[in-house]
Amino acid sequence: MIRLKKFSYWYPATEQHALDRITLDIPEGQFLGIVGANGAGKSTLCYALSGFVPHFYNGELEGELSFDNTPMAELDLGKLAGQVGLVFQNPFNQISGARFTVREEIAFGLENLGVPRAEMRDRIEEAMELVNIQELAERSPFSVSGGQQQRIAIASILAMQPRVLVLDEPTSQLDPDGTRDVFAALSKLVSTRKITVIIAEHKLEWLATFCDRVIALANGRLRAEGSPQDVLSSEQMLRLGVGRTQYSEAAARLLRSKQLPVTLEQAKKALQ
Amino acid sequence: MNLRVENVSFRYPSGVLALDGVNAEIASGEVVGILGENGAGKTTLVKLFNGLLRPSQGKVWIGDWDTADHSTAALAARVGFLFQNPDDQLFERTVAREVAYGPRNQGASEAQVKRRVAQALKLVGLQAQADSHPYDLPQPQRKLLALAATIAMQTPILVLDEPTIGQDEVGRTTIGHIVNSLHQMGRTLIIITHDVDFCAQHAQRILVMLQGKVHVDGAASEVLIQTKILDEAEVAPPQLVRLAQALKMPAAPLNVEDFVDEYKQWRKKRKK
Repeated sequence: MIRLKKFSYWYPATEQHALDRITLDIPEGQFLGIVGANGAGKSTLCYALSGFVPHFYNGELEGELSFDNTPMAELDLGKLAGQVGLVFQNPFNQISGARFTVREEIAFGLENLGVPRAEMRDRIEEAMELVNIQELAERSPFSVSGGQQQRIAIASILAMQPRVLVLDEPTSQLDPDGTRDVFAALSKLVSTRKITVIIAEHKLEWLATFCDRVIALANGRLRAEGSPQDVLSSEQMLRLGVGRTQYSEAAARLLRSKQLPVTLEQAKKALQ
Repeated sequence: MNLRVENVSFRYPSGVLALDGVNAEIASGEVVGILGENGAGKTTLVKLFNGLLRPSQGKVWIGDWDTADHSTAALAARVGFLFQNPDDQLFERTVAREVAYGPRNQGASEAQVKRRVAQALKLVGLQAQADSHPYDLPQPQRKLLALAATIAMQTPILVLDEPTIGQDEVGRTTIGHIVNSLHQMGRTLIIITHDVDFCAQHAQRILVMLQGKVHVDGAASEVLIQTKILDEAEVAPPQLVRLAQALKMPAAPLNVEDFVDEYKQWRKKRKK
């Protein structure tokens, strides 16, 4: 569905690659996790996968970047907005500032897409329910906590019902319950609506629990890809500054097995 | 310098009762982790320490000062504050000037200012960026800069609100080292976080908040293994504690080395 072939990207007026010859094929309905140290290119890849590169960020491109077999650069941004949603790392960058209540904020994108009013109401309610913010509906998006803003930002994109959902560290400010809500909601959308979810995250245990596949970036290059357990338990994650879960760390000192556990369930099984 | 919270309640103008009869005493040199779900009252509590908020009821003592008798500016000499969002506290043109701002305002001599700036930047590893513009640094480094600016104030008490948010493993390890160094210098550290694994490694004491009250308060090694009590406050226990309990090990150590030792002994006993 989204394909990159030897795709490179430079931000305007920079000489250093932000992305360096990335080849990646993301099929429809996949739940893909992106890991990497800060500055590895996770956010830039999120921008490329959602069309913000090249439509919003100028700069130089090389290689292939396509959506449904059409080069991203040739797609109309308005049409793309109905297909792909991007949740920014910092909700401040996303919340419009032009609406007084959370409900109106979530309506903002739908109004721009021209969704009929009755349908808009249903979609807003559903999106708020998915991330558990119904009780905030009449509050100002700016009078709530950082974690709640993050949920509002996610709900406003979910309501647009994109076919592809790209999320850049969407749970950084959420408590464990909030994080679980978001991952569970995404997982439900993948299984019931076959949407494609791409998520950049530092929370490895959650990625390992929910993703179908994980890729690791360093210095703009694709350095590892495969099943979450294979990628996230490997020693390479330490060198790439990604780190490993405490389960992997403990098991690495206790087991000779090549494939170490990443989650609690895997660790329990391996060490029992 | 001791910190004492006596029967404190706080109600926001909106009517929300954020703190409800909180009592706590933090001794000089302690590293205390404050845990709790979003909205539990963690940030409200620490904002009382430097006078950003004033209790609706009860008293907060910083050493021999009743905060009611002192301005926020005066309290800033005793309590340093790292905000959750570093952009709330950065406004100078260069990294070095940003760090110098606090000490200079405190009336330190230029020689002292220079020394403090150099020390603080070294501690957070930003010496090479001294002449950069703060907003040319990526967000995780801006957090380290804000931390350096807080450290340079040389306050006996430091409050860190979510220091590890958005940090990768390298940044998280750096912040862990900084916390350990500040602890060795005898500073009191109060760390608000959802990162319970970070607390397991760096805090000696844990205070868990729930609905504006102190739910449990005690040594990290005792509090972090009380799965049921943590559950009530929606706090997930550290990964190693969860694993030890899933395996039904007799003890639940907080760091990898102790876990490995404990596990080996437990296996040996089981074999017999």
